[in-house]
Amino acid sequence: MKITLTVNGDDYPLDVEPRRILADVLREDCRLTGTHLGCEHGVCGACTVLVDGQAVRSCLMLAVQCDGRSVRTVEGLAGPDGEPHPLQRAFSAEHALQCGFCTPGFLMVAAGALEADPAIGDDPERVHGLVESNICRCTGYEPIRRAIMRAAAESASLRRR
Amino acid sequence: MKPAAFDYVAPRTVDEALNALGDTRRDVRVLAGGQSLILEMHLQRIRPDLVVDINRVAGLDRLSVNDGTVEIGALVRHGVFESPQAVPGPLGRLFALAAVNIAHPPIRARGTMVGSLAWAHPASEWCAIALALDAVIEVRSTGGAREIAARDYFRGPFQTARARDELITSLRFPLPAEDTGVGFIEHRRTHFCFAQVAVAAALTVHDGLISDVRIGLVNCADRPIRAHAAEQVLIGREVIVPAVGDRLPGGHPFARAGRIAADQDAAPLAEPYADPEYRRQVIAVLVGRTLRQAAEGVLQ
Repeated sequence: MKITLTVNGDDYPLDVEPRRILADVLREDCRLTGTHLGCEHGVCGACTVLVDGQAVRSCLMLAVQCDGRSVRTVEGLAGPDGEPHPLQRAFSAEHALQCGFCTPGFLMVAAGALEADPAIGDDPERVHGLVESNICRCTGYEPIRRAIMRAAAESASLRRR
Repeated sequence: MKPAAFDYVAPRTVDEALNALGDTRRDVRVLAGGQSLILEMHLQRIRPDLVVDINRVAGLDRLSVNDGTVEIGALVRHGVFESPQAVPGPLGRLFALAAVNIAHPPIRARGTMVGSLAWAHPASEWCAIALALDAVIEVRSTGGAREIAARDYFRGPFQTARARDELITSLRFPLPAEDTGVGFIEHRRTHFCFAQVAVAAALTVHDGLISDVRIGLVNCADRPIRAHAAEQVLIGREVIVPAVGDRLPGGHPFARAGRIAADQDAAPLAEPYADPEYRRQVIAVLVGRTLRQAAEGVLQ
């Protein structure tokens, strides 16, 4: 099937079988290997990307479902000049990654939530709920939670300025 | 594993979707949220010939209230119900209590309430709530439309009264009385697990006496269960809630209802980490707690 995916602002005209999941098409056809596949069961969250601004599991969505939709992956977080996204800076500052396998998923679930509601940092319960969405086997989650809170606080102070 | 090959259509209207579903010689599956279907396709436990993606069908994402009834279209996602204001009154509060137990935010952004009813997993929160609150399931096929009462709908694990060529277009809930108290409590091993047991309750009180009570049991049998026997011992009873922090005394109507729900209404199956005896114990405790939560809502 012929589809067009808009990934991180670029159009990708593709010919894909309906059975192929979004994550595989991003990795193999768009050559954007930042999106990682862990469990392929929707459990681990490593493959989380934004579709039309909403964080979804790209292993539980078919690529053909995203025809004409806007997809954002971890490659789309940094600014055009390569400047890291506030979340990426906060993850680095808080040591919120070790092996890094789960990191793209955590970054995208946090980016989706922060963009939908920048006030999420005011509610530690909601950040806790977000961190529960994904699996990390290195950090013990606490640095990830702190990083999301830090990025939220940073973007809140930017908004106040 | 990856999904086996299938044909795919993305109709724009309900009629186009129904035409696609009408081909009953093939294994045709409806894709709404896909959070169970695509997983099953990965595991190749489901290998559809044709997938009918209804996500581009106009109008199915409608959530409306009219005449004391809430109508939930086939594309209304779980996440919508996290807000207690999405649906008015006690029903909205009950939905919000239950919704956060369903998987995680990214799954709730895709999965749908109607999809949960179509899939009919015994551990589905929505299925037990639909049963306890007398929801009506509206289905359509090329032959016409019909309504199925939730009590006639669930036939077993993943088995329902929906015919293969029928599409569930919406689900309707009658709005409970404004002064109804609601409760929902779920028990599971870890955040990533399905419910081992969960209980939904709605309690209406008139002049200090229980005039209506509904108890839905999640994963307490091979299908959702309404705890009719437990409800019977509560009708007409006075509502007395122990002080916060105090135990529910063994002779309290809520504790008795819990034991009756566990012994008479439920038919728990053995699961890894939960044999039926253990699960009956959990059911008794959770029914008592959920009724207490609902009663506290009434008294506030």
